[in-house]
Amino acid sequence: MAQADAVPTGTNTTTQSPPGQLPQQREEGRGLPSADNVLEVTDLRKYFPILRGFFRRHVGEVKAVDEVSFHVARGETLALVGESGCGKTTTGRCVMRAIEPSGGSVLFRKRDGEEIDITTLTRPELRSVQQHMGMIFQDPFSSLNPRLTVLEIIGEPFVTRKLISGRRELEERVAQLLRSVRLDPTYMRRYPHAFSGGQRQRIAIARALALDPDFVVADEPVSALDVSVQAQILSLLKELQSELHLTYLFITHNLSVVEYLSDRVSVMYVGQIVELGRTDSIFRQPRHPYTEALLSAVPVVETGKAGRRRERIILEGDVADPSNVPAGCTFHPRCPYVQDICRDEEPQLVDLAGANGSHPHYVRCHFAEELDLQGVRNSPQ
Amino acid sequence: MTQSPLLLSVDNLATHFFSQEGILEAVDGVSFDIHAGEALGIAGESGCGKSVTAQSILRIVPKNGKIVMGEISLFQNGESVDLVQLEDRGQEIRQIRGGEIAMVFQEPMAAFSMVYTIGNQITEVIRLHQDCSQSEARDRAIEMLRRVGMPQPEQTIDAYPFALSGGMRQRAMIAMALSCHPALLIADEPTTAVDVTIQAQVLELMKDLQRDMGMALIVITHDLAVISELCDRVMIMYLGKDVESAPADVIFRDPKHPYTIGLLRSVPELGEGHSQELDPISGSVPSPYRRPAGCPFHPRCPDFIPDVCDVHLPPQIELAGGHSVRCHLYVQD
Repeated sequence: MAQADAVPTGTNTTTQSPPGQLPQQREEGRGLPSADNVLEVTDLRKYFPILRGFFRRHVGEVKAVDEVSFHVARGETLALVGESGCGKTTTGRCVMRAIEPSGGSVLFRKRDGEEIDITTLTRPELRSVQQHMGMIFQDPFSSLNPRLTVLEIIGEPFVTRKLISGRRELEERVAQLLRSVRLDPTYMRRYPHAFSGGQRQRIAIARALALDPDFVVADEPVSALDVSVQAQILSLLKELQSELHLTYLFITHNLSVVEYLSDRVSVMYVGQIVELGRTDSIFRQPRHPYTEALLSAVPVVETGKAGRRRERIILEGDVADPSNVPAGCTFHPRCPYVQDICRDEEPQLVDLAGANGSHPHYVRCHFAEELDLQGVRNSPQ
Repeated sequence: MTQSPLLLSVDNLATHFFSQEGILEAVDGVSFDIHAGEALGIAGESGCGKSVTAQSILRIVPKNGKIVMGEISLFQNGESVDLVQLEDRGQEIRQIRGGEIAMVFQEPMAAFSMVYTIGNQITEVIRLHQDCSQSEARDRAIEMLRRVGMPQPEQTIDAYPFALSGGMRQRAMIAMALSCHPALLIADEPTTAVDVTIQAQVLELMKDLQRDMGMALIVITHDLAVISELCDRVMIMYLGKDVESAPADVIFRDPKHPYTIGLLRSVPELGEGHSQELDPISGSVPSPYRRPAGCPFHPRCPDFIPDVCDVHLPPQIELAGGHSVRCHLYVQD
């Protein structure tokens, strides 16, 4: 199946790069797929049953995540982007096994090189692996227990895992974590209500980082925050990544944030990946009509700089219902470039790298190579 | 600039909330004018008083709140009414609400009642404000739904709100608001709860409707890009004060107030790439119960002048081109 190809191993990508590309890669530093992938997800599926009636008859399935494959290289940020209902959050949760996937495998590689298939672990085994993963949620007002102090919230993982011998040591570790997220350690005896949204999100980040994870899943970490505070949290996440050598799976609907933070991006539509590749090349020249439409839909501030105005593509209709997916390409009812083949035949996720240049660039579209799509201008004059 | 007749004039409006924690000065001395057919954007972060400003205009301020000062004059047919003086449950304001001035909300699920069809609710609005029969009202409702781009309006009119998708519900709410051809539409975060592609649809729709129906528009949002898409003028609010106000093309090209500059710099901009520098405003919005003395922005301001900004409230300073700013940096002499 083509999906198997959708997990590029780091080695072949490095060999594929033409020499001319190398200086630019070095400049960016991270994001180079190395042989060391923290996460390899293959054919991940999550179907939710639709139950009806008194006997809870099984009448259908919501394909929330369907045959999703990707990898995350050590030290990079992969963004999952898409509209509500596209399965990005479900993917993130399946990867952590916060919910049980219906199929597929999630391979996690620890820092010492040990590989673990997360989908086959028993509960106690899972617990020991989850220590290497952190999770940051969207809403810092509901993700922190209001009845615990900051010390108890951040210290909880140490206590439940019996990793700490005494109170003094616990306080030291928590103080250290608070300092790493730029909060005053003397606040540790306060309760969450005493903090602003941005400060709470810092506390949530400190808790996610408590056990020194390699891999952090951040699910819309700035969407609930005020505009002026969003930038603080984004810069903090970027700084922490380089300080602690973190690998991020960043789930968001905000394309400007994707561009700012991620090395590679995976665009999802109705449970499937429709485009996956390096953020800069996808944003400069998308290959899937949905990506093009998403990029053009983002409102921009008219600063009066020349060339900012882009022609806007307005998609017809709504996102398809994942319990009743259209035949053929799932995007065809809204696609401005639709042809007959799109209505009948489902496109596969194909790597365009051969045609396009160096880096793997996967697209699920029959006409990916023919269409000349519009991206966002990278350097306004 | 187009000088169409003045439609609404808000002068020195102050709306305070009285609670056990103290007095919350949600809106404190805000003034602005809207001419017929003009689109004004009110931007600011949570707690800046932008929504309370809208609620004050429609006189739907929650119970513990009170308009303590100011005038809101609505001009219609050559006469002016001060909305502040009206009884908030009286006949007059109820005629204006939904008739002369309509509002769309952020969460369409909360604006519609769950137990009536959307047709039911739209015809109710029409019959309340216009003298017509049930079937005429229904025809007008269908017409309005078609106008906002609802597919198969003859069928969807009998749908319940929960049966519609987010984008369709937003359209239904806009249809309801516009069903009596208001002179002014207030949209409070109209696209915050919907997806990007739906947001693009709704923004396009609002632009078209505003142009075709010649109504004035107040857009309240935290998203400056939405304002840049829709509005002619912008007013930036911070902790109940209007800190800067200017035509849209001026304020985004040449912002003056440090808060406006900070807001614009703290949003990553699409197309600027991976290496763009964000310049976040330090700190966060203080509790409105503990509003800083002097200029409310001074604890976070990079251009803070000691003994000036933390003592005196800056005056409103008029710059060229209809641009006004409330900041000590621009005080002449």
